[in-house]
Amino acid sequence: MKLPIIGAAVLAAAMTLAAGHLTAQAPPQDDSEKEIERYRQMLSDPFSNPGFLAVDRGEVLWAEPRGAKKASLEACDLGEGPGKVDGAFAKLPRYFADADRVMDTEQRLLWCMDKLQGVDIKEVVSRRFSGPGRASDLEDLTAFIANKSSGMKIQPQLSHPKEIEMAAVGEELFYRRGGVMDFSCATCHAEEGKRIRLQGLPNLSTPGAAAQATMASWPTYRVSQSALRTMQHRLWDCYRQQRWPVPEYGSDSLTALTVFLQKQAAGGEIAVPSIKR
Amino acid sequence: MTRTAFAAAACAALLIAGPALAQQKPSQATIEAYVKSTFGKASPEWQARITPDESLAVCNATRNNVSSAEAEAIIKRELPKVVYPADGKLLGDWKKGYRVANNGRGGQFSDPPGTVAGGNCFACHQLDPKEVSYGTLGPSLTAYGKDRKYDAEAIKDAYTKIYNSMAVVPCSNMPRFGTNKVLDEQQIKDVMAYLFDPESPVNK
Repeated sequence: MKLPIIGAAVLAAAMTLAAGHLTAQAPPQDDSEKEIERYRQMLSDPFSNPGFLAVDRGEVLWAEPRGAKKASLEACDLGEGPGKVDGAFAKLPRYFADADRVMDTEQRLLWCMDKLQGVDIKEVVSRRFSGPGRASDLEDLTAFIANKSSGMKIQPQLSHPKEIEMAAVGEELFYRRGGVMDFSCATCHAEEGKRIRLQGLPNLSTPGAAAQATMASWPTYRVSQSALRTMQHRLWDCYRQQRWPVPEYGSDSLTALTVFLQKQAAGGEIAVPSIKR
Repeated sequence: MTRTAFAAAACAALLIAGPALAQQKPSQATIEAYVKSTFGKASPEWQARITPDESLAVCNATRNNVSSAEAEAIIKRELPKVVYPADGKLLGDWKKGYRVANNGRGGQFSDPPGTVAGGNCFACHQLDPKEVSYGTLGPSLTAYGKDRKYDAEAIKDAYTKIYNSMAVVPCSNMPRFGTNKVLDEQQIKDVMAYLFDPESPVNK
């Protein structure tokens, strides 16, 4: 318990330093980008990353008998066979024959909670995003599962017709403009070297390093939110900033976008949970 | 005869190649079903916002790479949607314009009802050269009015573009601030002054 507190203090100090540098001077673009990179490096120290607390909580939740059936999740099939967690995240989302659906990690967890544990899914989804004094089982479990693929490469699953459809629809959705601002994902993520305010924007429209670095670093601990967040939250927040309606948690468009992004990120080496602004 | 045979052969070749293609464009009905599964519970007002109008539908279908005929049709459709101020005055107060340009609120599902939207210009454009925190999705607009010698025609063009970017650049990435009712007329006038007032930091 002591280490994370020290870590957080170091982190806070580092952030203040970085922020100080950003506001004290008015450096030209190249310098401000260097400053942002330096700030990111300070954030990437694993001993300062409270995201690993979520991994630990998730590991406990995974093995704990819960729900009407008093069962743990240890028999949950994440795609690699019942109970096999190692490497499962690297191949998610994927098609599951028992559900006849393509599912991401969170959708699969909800499926297992419902079928194996008899857990009240509605209550779990009501805590889909953690907040002060409100833990999220889905965030913690996803952090645990994803961490078990750290060091492995992203392997998008594109053999089943439904997986192929997901990737194709995800690509269409990536370019679909709407909302009062006419924004799509591509508005911000289809060109190299662009920024929104000071925030760098990865080009996700082409396969390669930017998509790999992005997808290989989620779930992440968001310092600005003091919470571990998964891709479900990232896409929810993107659609919020796009001025679209609230996307339904664990719904098909989000999974389709994730499949498309995993396809762009194929081969990226997973290092999670990461830590971001 | 030869032509038909050739066409048939070409079709056959396509048919053979078809299943080998890694990915085919999904039908519009399939895409709409996905959109409904994710956004279907939103209110009718929100649904309307993500139902593309005629121009945006063309931008979506072409990923913003419109043909010259499509571009012409979009301009013809969007230009009449621009409402110019009845008093003929296109420039308001640059200080208020700065606040509009610097405000990124509005239009998000997390905004409380009644939130006054900003233009969030700094998210994508450099404006005041002294401001460090600016985005690069759009071109730099420093010295915008000065560079154009505060020309009346340039002022009208800029108003048109802010009111409805697609009336000038079809499928522009820039929002149609007036037409989509993000900003009201006075806010647009104030932003215009931020761009064109000689006293504005943009022109210093």
